[in-house]
Amino acid sequence: MITPTLSVEAVSHAYGARQALDSVTFAVEPATFAVLLGLNGAGKSTLFALITRLYATQSGRIRIFDHDVRRASGEALRILGVVFQSRTLDLDLSVMQNLLYHAALHGIRRREAQTRADEVLARIALKDRAHDKVRNLSGGQMRRVEIARALLHRPRLLVLDEPTVGLDINSRADILRYVRQLIATDGIAVLWATHLIDEVADNDHLIVLHQGQVLSDGPLSRVVDDCGATNVRDAFARLTRSEHLSGDTE
Amino acid sequence: MNSTISDRQRAISVVSPHSGFSPGQFAICLKGIVWRESLRFLHQRERFISALVRPLVWLFIFAAGFRQVLGVSIIPPYQTYILYAEYITPGLIAMIQLFNGMQSSLSMVYDREMGNMRTLLVSPFPRWYLLSSKLIAGTAVSLLQVYAFLLIARFWEIGPPPVGYLLVLPALVVCGLMLGALGMLISSAIKQLENFAGVMNFVIFPLFFASSALYPLWQVREGSPLLYYICEFNPFTHAVELIRFALYAQVNWLSLAVVGGCTVLFILGAILAYDPSRGFLARRGEAAAAA
Repeated sequence: MITPTLSVEAVSHAYGARQALDSVTFAVEPATFAVLLGLNGAGKSTLFALITRLYATQSGRIRIFDHDVRRASGEALRILGVVFQSRTLDLDLSVMQNLLYHAALHGIRRREAQTRADEVLARIALKDRAHDKVRNLSGGQMRRVEIARALLHRPRLLVLDEPTVGLDINSRADILRYVRQLIATDGIAVLWATHLIDEVADNDHLIVLHQGQVLSDGPLSRVVDDCGATNVRDAFARLTRSEHLSGDTE
Repeated sequence: MNSTISDRQRAISVVSPHSGFSPGQFAICLKGIVWRESLRFLHQRERFISALVRPLVWLFIFAAGFRQVLGVSIIPPYQTYILYAEYITPGLIAMIQLFNGMQSSLSMVYDREMGNMRTLLVSPFPRWYLLSSKLIAGTAVSLLQVYAFLLIARFWEIGPPPVGYLLVLPALVVCGLMLGALGMLISSAIKQLENFAGVMNFVIFPLFFASSALYPLWQVREGSPLLYYICEFNPFTHAVELIRFALYAQVNWLSLAVVGGCTVLFILGAILAYDPSRGFLARRGEAAAAA
């Protein structure tokens, strides 16, 4: 049996009296594109804060391969690449300086970091912008740099929290295509949190998170079949009992 | 499951790397954090200039104005009567470090609001090490400011014995760490950037004015015994005195003990405050804006 890349086991989290996550359980297998689909406020960002150890798990367990995020956070974070919902690049530094800083935070030597940075920038077609200040990049380019940065230390799991928010259609499609390619080329697993249904594709693993609970989890076809729906939009509406799908989930 | 994945890729994807970091990798991480802080500082010329202008205004204007009003008798570590400007120089050095510590704190709050702080906190190195590295980086930046100030003050004919410039370095490091750690501790408790103005009123001003930075404590005692005791308990007083004695090649052991103890205390407090399971951040419940 293959060890899951990410394993979330009965994770609950509360902010005071407000329950943000309620016994959330799912697993992401290696080389899988898993979509965490949920409306705003479903608990996706809380889950990301727990996976990335910004918050400690109150109950339940999160493992990346065999590393418990709480007990062996260093080992877990070492094989994890993260793209947060908000921009986390230093706008006053150049693209290359941002990448080298990230490499240092993973203990990668300068020369090796430079080589890897050139490599990842070439992959995202931004090598010619390496010495430009991040402030001068477009939103889509910044996002690509953030993904490149998350890949610099060669993680086995890449988690992205609503990475296409605020981007135009072309930039969204480019980023989605690029991340999907990573599974084929690098064999990494991806957890992609979104509220945009059109970002879900046929071969994806789908996890529907609603009001802090996992309503459905499995290959897309099975999720759709299980709730007697005809497509993912219909399935999501049935699962969340949404009368209508607002622009948020289009 | 993606059907295009080959067995080889799947095999690669389940490999987990070896654990642990070498001492060399710890050094790379520290160097990277110091490098980034220095770059940010050098990019912000206004910050460098204002860090220098502030103590120079005190030195050139305030000290000149009070020169005839305030006389300073012979008190350790001085062996002769000194000018008022010379007396307040150690206090102004500590002020540079105090403002730098608070500036670092402000930038941590800003980084947290902007999301940059997450980059640091999701590093696989231990969090205590990351925060300590950030403190060291902030202290290194404060040293640049202090020596630039001392250089300008030298032209104003205010200067300790030449050996004092070297001997004050360890004192500056300890004081820089203490004030930086205090700033870090405060930053963990500040929810929004807007709240930072309060830090000026409730932290910087009381620390600075209720200390021996501007007037000797024996004079304070004559005016108000209560204020004297407050000044005695103020760790900033001991930072000033540690720097003052070091500049004249002496050690004020009491101040060293107080500053050393407070440094450890504040660092531990900051590490605890940024601990995901116990810190203020976790208790506040700001998942999205957590760090």
